[in-house]
Amino acid sequence: MTAADAMSNWDRFVFTFFNADIATKYGWEILQGAGVTILAGLAVVITGIGAGFGLAALRAIGWKPVNFFIIVFVDIFRSLPPLAIILVLFFGFPNIGIVLPSLIVLWMSLGAVLAAFAEEIFWAGITSVPKGQWLAARSTGLTFAQTLRYVILPQAVRLGIPPLTNRAISITKNLALGSAIGVNEILGRANSALSMSANATPLTMGALLYVLVFIPLVIASRTLERNYRWGEH
Amino acid sequence: MEQFTQEFFNLDVMAKVAPFLLQGLLQTLLLCSFLIPIGLVSGILVMLLTTSPYRLLRWPAIVAVDFFRAFPPLVLLVFVYAGLPFIGLRVPALVAVAVAFLINSASYYGEIYRAGMVSVPKGQREAARSTGLSATQTLLYVTLPQAIRNVLPDLLSNTVELVKLTTLASVISVPELLHSANLARSLTYNSSPLILAAIIYLLLLLPVVRLIARLEHRL
Amino acid sequence: MSSTAAAPVSRYLLEARGVRKSFGPTEVLKGVDLLVEPGKLVFLIGPSGSGKSTLLRCCNRLEEPDSGSIIMDDVDLLSPRADINAARRQIGMVFQSFNLYPHLTVQKNITLALRKVVGMSTADANARAAEMLALVGLPDKAASYPAQLSGGQQQRIGIARSLALNPKIILMDEPTSALDPELVGSVLAVVKDLRDRGITMVIASHEMNFAREAADKVVFLDGGLVIEEGCAEDIFLRPQEDRTRRFLAQIRH
Repeated sequence: MTAADAMSNWDRFVFTFFNADIATKYGWEILQGAGVTILAGLAVVITGIGAGFGLAALRAIGWKPVNFFIIVFVDIFRSLPPLAIILVLFFGFPNIGIVLPSLIVLWMSLGAVLAAFAEEIFWAGITSVPKGQWLAARSTGLTFAQTLRYVILPQAVRLGIPPLTNRAISITKNLALGSAIGVNEILGRANSALSMSANATPLTMGALLYVLVFIPLVIASRTLERNYRWGEH
Repeated sequence: MEQFTQEFFNLDVMAKVAPFLLQGLLQTLLLCSFLIPIGLVSGILVMLLTTSPYRLLRWPAIVAVDFFRAFPPLVLLVFVYAGLPFIGLRVPALVAVAVAFLINSASYYGEIYRAGMVSVPKGQREAARSTGLSATQTLLYVTLPQAIRNVLPDLLSNTVELVKLTTLASVISVPELLHSANLARSLTYNSSPLILAAIIYLLLLLPVVRLIARLEHRL
Repeated sequence: MSSTAAAPVSRYLLEARGVRKSFGPTEVLKGVDLLVEPGKLVFLIGPSGSGKSTLLRCCNRLEEPDSGSIIMDDVDLLSPRADINAARRQIGMVFQSFNLYPHLTVQKNITLALRKVVGMSTADANARAAEMLALVGLPDKAASYPAQLSGGQQQRIGIARSLALNPKIILMDEPTSALDPELVGSVLAVVKDLRDRGITMVIASHEMNFAREAADKVVFLDGGLVIEEGCAEDIFLRPQEDRTRRFLAQIRH
């Protein structure tokens, strides 16, 4: 192979995946997709973790019928593939008269999945707080609710933060599934730019944008895990 | 209520599409039958790299693992499947699925094994080495078995995630369970096939999820 | 080398000279000599942080010494050509925290290296394990898991594990420090028995009464240096150095 051939192969690679013209043309479009991804991600994380926390606190009260429903909800949403949930909500519900915008479907589906995982993590945290903590708090006259609020939950949350961060990242990454139901997030926009431009550069940009959005979280989770370990010893 | 049952729990529709969905299930099981074992093994290799005493191996591996943990698997899949043909590398859909999901799951499995190795006390390695076991023997017989035992719930949980991940293959038209169900939905104008698929996923995965919960609470 | 028959053979089984070791900026060993004659029991004493443990771990290269030489039975352990795994088989080690493998039965704890390093058949290895268990007084524990045993029993298994390889020397790093007082005696009885069988041992320990009774030589380390060494009687009854006297006074309260 001659140097010229190698050069042209390299050029072709750059032209295909890192094409500056295409990048300028569709850059703003895809960047707006990043805005959608970030906002939807925040919504999923806040509602998912909030709901999971609420469910775990509710479960701590120990009201059997309620707990039964919480456990059923958690197990089902931990077992179901998120894409299956999204398809049911998006294609099924309109037929019974409930039409939800695709972005809302995406948010509800992933929010519910995250809520299920978060509940499990918080609940594991609550049960791993030693019984002596309950006894000590109640012996100083704190009520059940006060004990839960000031003694148990803070410890449970601290235990739960590292696994919760990992889980939140992996579930939020599923926002890319929105492209399958027409949500204008990064991948959706990159895909349509891909077919319009007949060039893979939009896909490269989309991939890099996703990594840019998530890499700080991944690094943060690594740091959290390390600090958590140090705190243990 | 009538309308709801008709739309989601139509037994006639379910019976009609069941054989078709079963074929999809076979495809899903086929995907799992090579993704899971290869993922479990390549995760060990990733762990060996990210815990290597040699910086030149360790740091690139850690950067790669973090990169692919930040990379949504669907984006990776689309990138492999739709991006590579632009430079003349046309990969079959199944190969694209295998490459994309193995990169993704090896990173996750690798991190789990690493956490497991960290949880094995340093004295275990020292005791093994002091009896003359080589580094490889120590890993194989002493530290790795303990590491795996310590993170068994996480390994199981990631395996459940991997099975759920196979549904993404439907996006590039691999005829796995969810793809078959969605196709059946569009042909029957009814969502019961999707619910039937969901029920099959629950039957497959709920027992494992229950088992994980039991293991976690035992720990 | 065995081929050079004229080479002088050391009268020491273990001959460590000028061993230095730093962890980051702190120098833990500042040039330590440790000479052990065959069949002798050597006690390392000294305050915590004096380098006893590091010295022992340097002797089988669990820690890599920065400089110095370690000759085991005329083999230079620090030579790049030394087969360290083969050498470690000759050097038993017993740990403060036992370090038994929790996922293996007592029998498998003992036989793992016999099978994988020595290459013994499982049947032979099991027979050897039974022999060792009888020696440490726990003949009926082969099928137990470490978690089912008391600390004293675990440490005796730890001794059996290293003894099974038929080592030329056994290094013990504070073998009784993690034990409840009432369990210490059973472990020391085993050590005494090994001494009477002529097994060479180096023990880092705070068991002063036992040292006085059983040690052939006592080495006092402080601040990464050997301050004083001699027979047990000299060190305990007629210490020459101030620091030795102060340390012994502290130990006796």
